[in-house]
Amino acid sequence: MDFTLSKSQKEIKKAAWEFARGKFDKEMIIEQSKAQTFPLDILEKAGELGFIGIHFDEAYEGGGLGLFEDILVSETFCRKDSTLGAALKFSAYAAECILRFGDKALKETFIPAIAGGQRISTGAFLEPDPGYDLSAVKTTAEKDPDGWIINGVKSHVPLGDQADIHVVLCATDPTVEPRTKGMSMLLVESDREGVFTENRTEKLGGRMVPFAPVRFENVRVPPTHLIGSEGMGYKQLERFLIENRIQIAAMAIGTAQGAFDRALAYIKEREQFGKKLAQFQITRHKIADMANRIEGARYLTYYAATCFDQGKASNRMASMAKLTATETAMAVTDESVQMLGGYGYMTEYEVEHFYRDAKHAEIFQGTPGVQKDIIADEVIGKLKP
Amino acid sequence: MQILNYTEAHHQYRKRLRGFLDAEITPYVNQWENDRIVPKSAWQRMGAEGFLCPCISTDYGGMGGDFHYSVIVAEEMARTNHTGLSAPLHSDVVVPYIDAFASEEQKKRYLPGCVSGDIVTAVAMTEPDAGSDLAGLTTTAEKDGDEIVLNGSKTFISNGIISDLVIVAAKNPAVDNPYQAVSLYLVEDGTPGFKRGRHLDKMGFWSQDTAELFFTNCRIPKANLMGEEGQGFYMLMQKLQQERLVTAIVAQAAAEVILEWSTDYCKSHTDASGKPVSKNQAVLFELVEMTTEVKLGRTFIDKLIMEHMAGENVVIETSMAKYWCTDLSKRLSRKCLDLHADFGLTEECPIARAFRDLRVMPIFAGTNEIMKQIAGKFMGL
Repeated sequence: MDFTLSKSQKEIKKAAWEFARGKFDKEMIIEQSKAQTFPLDILEKAGELGFIGIHFDEAYEGGGLGLFEDILVSETFCRKDSTLGAALKFSAYAAECILRFGDKALKETFIPAIAGGQRISTGAFLEPDPGYDLSAVKTTAEKDPDGWIINGVKSHVPLGDQADIHVVLCATDPTVEPRTKGMSMLLVESDREGVFTENRTEKLGGRMVPFAPVRFENVRVPPTHLIGSEGMGYKQLERFLIENRIQIAAMAIGTAQGAFDRALAYIKEREQFGKKLAQFQITRHKIADMANRIEGARYLTYYAATCFDQGKASNRMASMAKLTATETAMAVTDESVQMLGGYGYMTEYEVEHFYRDAKHAEIFQGTPGVQKDIIADEVIGKLKP
Repeated sequence: MQILNYTEAHHQYRKRLRGFLDAEITPYVNQWENDRIVPKSAWQRMGAEGFLCPCISTDYGGMGGDFHYSVIVAEEMARTNHTGLSAPLHSDVVVPYIDAFASEEQKKRYLPGCVSGDIVTAVAMTEPDAGSDLAGLTTTAEKDGDEIVLNGSKTFISNGIISDLVIVAAKNPAVDNPYQAVSLYLVEDGTPGFKRGRHLDKMGFWSQDTAELFFTNCRIPKANLMGEEGQGFYMLMQKLQQERLVTAIVAQAAAEVILEWSTDYCKSHTDASGKPVSKNQAVLFELVEMTTEVKLGRTFIDKLIMEHMAGENVVIETSMAKYWCTDLSKRLSRKCLDLHADFGLTEECPIARAFRDLRVMPIFAGTNEIMKQIAGKFMGL
């Protein structure tokens, strides 16, 4: 087992870092996060350079690489800035559903523009008053000779009011038990008649990926817009979540590392009581803990991505990576804020938004409790009666 | 059974305050959060109703109440889920300096306004390079005839924009020993040479104006020296005790409030199986554990309040309470947010604001690292 990055993987990391260093302007990020706007100009450049669709097939203008390479980009972007870094990768949110489950025609039509950063994709999975039940889908899609007619409201849709392409989880057969077997995924372009977006929600973290509810009123899509198989929507969502949780884990690692970098620089400069903060034993031990946790979480996440690329993806690995990486990000960003003291609380010094973004990552796609349920399911397995 | 000896008058005061906050404060909180400041009129309404500086003597317009009244205000303010109208900071942290150390003339000049809300106060200790290490402060105060000339800059000053009166800690450059060089001065809004710097953007405490203050050849009359010259450090050390205790009380009250809201949420929302969320064993355990912690904190705090009121030496326990209760409120805000799942990602969830607000509590009023250092010192370690 090789624990080191290959030469080309190192180059990807370096290229992502150079790009982020050149384009991620601190003032701009603070300004746009406050306004909850998404920097389309930077996305276009990231797309041109191949950072967005790095793990998409070459046939659809992707980089032809694996999830591993994708998460190296996510991690590196988020290290430079947790908010913008995550936002750039979220421009292609749920594109993997089309990529992994969609047919060739669907992929040919939609994937290249997402890879290029020209179009934004998103997943409309949750519904109003979300919380505990991903399977509570009231949005319906009825089949008729011309395709599907969709009705319902989705909430917490990332970039819901800016996305061009929605992957929508719909109930297509409400008579089936369990309900999850009567669901399908449909692709809906935002310019179709009957697609309405409502006001954005103010968010705690991840503020460059604002959420907006999306309402579908008798929206018609052709039969070709079915992603994967009828009745397999929920199963596909679960499989997508494996991939997405590993992606979020990587963003959390980058978020932790970025806050750590800033705290480390600060304690080496800041003097109180006649010495550098880095000379106080308690600071040193905290730094050791932080560094330690980041390393551990990083390798777990890398391992989960490697398993995924080898076709051995599991809910367990993805949830372990997500749980560990986001808890690490919370602990590390929290301590970074504390090390910077009053400055740590000020917007200008950045670590405060790393802390909020870490919390966002910890809840999004399942709280720690949800991850533990998933891990326990697989670890314990089926019990004998 | 209660630890603190609240009388019927205290209960009435709490009831009246809660009604006032529900009617006149809470409905405007979102607006103030957006505005990044609380209007002066809200301070004046608080004052008019007797909710500012309840411990100030009737000689200066106060109600001469005991510290229980301050505790009640601090606790009830937590229910408004905002920090801008920081009555505890004004009433229990800043004004007590004037009450304890100012001359009779100074008291007559300022205290009635502090009570009515016409004078909002701030205390300026922290500097860009002197945070935890207060001895490192560099703002100077030099005598020039009948005047004192202040030079230097302060940062992270709460009420920095709205304050009408600022207590400034400054050093006499002629004195070498930093512990004997510091004096406290009263500086009024509008004094030439006193300028407000930036209104600082921060993670939370949005409705509270945190700002930089600049003093450039700022001339104040000698009569604005508060207490004895060179005694600044001693005065700060003495009053920082109550500041830390009040911080612990505010944190404890916040922890109780967010836990109450989160418990209600878990009882009134259902999970995938249709059961209330609170029936999930892991959630139930978490709620029980958090409630236990909060009750332990409450017992410790109430006993400490009693000892503080009795004038006992509680430096160790106060340092412990400040660090433990502020960490508790931070920790709980994180866990309570998880209990709201995806709703917790948005600012519509009240815990989201608490999560942002409570993060500063382990930092201000002396970082929690400093608290442990102090406790250790007084424990003879």
